[in-house]
Amino acid sequence: MSYATGLRCRKCGQEYKLQPLRVCDFCLSALEVIYDYRAMFKVVNHEIISRGPRSIWRYRQLLPIDGEPLDIGTGFTPLFKADNLGEELGLHRLYIKNDCLNPTYSFKDRAVAVAVNKAKEFGFDTVACASTGNLAASVAAYAAKAKMRAYVFVPANVEAGKLTSVAIYKPNLVTVDGSYDDVNRLCAELSQKYNWGFININLRAYYAEGSKTLGYEICEQLDWQPPDCIVAPAGSGLMFTRIWKGLQELSMLGLIGPVNTHMYLAQAAGSSPIVHAFETGTLHVHPVTPKTIVSSIAIGNPADGYYALMVARQSGGGAVSVSDEEALQGLELLAQTEGIFAEPAGGVVIASLRKLVARGIVNKDQVTVALITGAGPRTQEVVSYTIRTLKVRPSVESFQEAISLPV
Amino acid sequence: MAKKQVMFTFPRELVEQPIIYHLSHKFQVVTNIRRADVSEDRGWVVLELEGDEREIEAGIAWVKEKGVRVDPVIGDIVEG
Repeated sequence: MSYATGLRCRKCGQEYKLQPLRVCDFCLSALEVIYDYRAMFKVVNHEIISRGPRSIWRYRQLLPIDGEPLDIGTGFTPLFKADNLGEELGLHRLYIKNDCLNPTYSFKDRAVAVAVNKAKEFGFDTVACASTGNLAASVAAYAAKAKMRAYVFVPANVEAGKLTSVAIYKPNLVTVDGSYDDVNRLCAELSQKYNWGFININLRAYYAEGSKTLGYEICEQLDWQPPDCIVAPAGSGLMFTRIWKGLQELSMLGLIGPVNTHMYLAQAAGSSPIVHAFETGTLHVHPVTPKTIVSSIAIGNPADGYYALMVARQSGGGAVSVSDEEALQGLELLAQTEGIFAEPAGGVVIASLRKLVARGIVNKDQVTVALITGAGPRTQEVVSYTIRTLKVRPSVESFQEAISLPV
Repeated sequence: MAKKQVMFTFPRELVEQPIIYHLSHKFQVVTNIRRADVSEDRGWVVLELEGDEREIEAGIAWVKEKGVRVDPVIGDIVEG
């Protein structure tokens, strides 16, 4: 049994029993899972967690899942001290949380793991999502393992290469002949017509909870200390808010001390509605039309934008955007200093961190965690320009000539 | 009868226009506002539209034509 007790509207506070639900019936706002923390407090401690599996399910008492969870090995990804990159950026205590090393190569596995398990508990036989990459692959993979039908909706113009990493799991892959907005609208309508578990619609409250595990792991891997700063990418803003929730919960349960972590949110300048709201000091995240190569976080109307904005403000953190060019430079720097090939969102994080250091906002002695949320190969065409080869004939002389080095 | 939950985002030049009033008069659509925030230079309204599906669609198309951005109330669904 989990300690989840219900759903609560994040805006008006209206409570609901645990069920698949899109939004609050009254004010049409987002919902979140609530728990009996008092009961949870009595059973959760460092020892129990450390004895758990090396996956997100080591924190299962803090997640809204009742039965034995279905698992494909999600979570407990490496957190390591990135001295080479730290030296480049001028940081002495920089850590990388490498979430590329999830089963389908992105942090989405955390959220989907919880959502698909919950879908099974609710009795759905079909799960669905709309995605251009990471989410689609994760849903298809988990559905395969759960022996559930999956419908994955993608805009028709998505590159074939991206579809391969989804198609291999054999979901029902639906290409929608229309714009990004058309796919949004269609899926919103379908979610009301079909009795399916739409991962980020009627299961969104549960889906969100999976991302809390990033916050848990970061603290546990730092020997149960919250870091001074976390820099994370934001598309919908959901993950950013749930890392914060994860830290707050650990503190409330006495697993870490008071949280003084500054949360910094990173977006690509071509799709940066949350950063814009932060910089202009407004409360409303005004929707934009994305125009960036950083496709995994190109969300113009972020569902959790307001809440992400609040976390950035309340934590004494901030929000930074970088150009596509800066993001690619960040991507290269990460690969060439730490050996990690991330998707462009990782480049956004590194380039944003560089800006935060340059502005004197993040200082060299702060324990800083940069979150790398997805691996590069799915979008490798964006860095194909890095290919520079030495062309040689099959002879030693030709090789020596090419490298201009004496033997 | 169908119901549709949407968010209208108004640019500065449309903030003073009674667009929702006209929407419910030009089309057979009941407008039910749930949340809103309107200032002098921009505004948004979260509302439920109820009526015949074709009337709702025609109404939304008219609102968009006026220059209002219309989004699903749950935000963007297509994720990376």
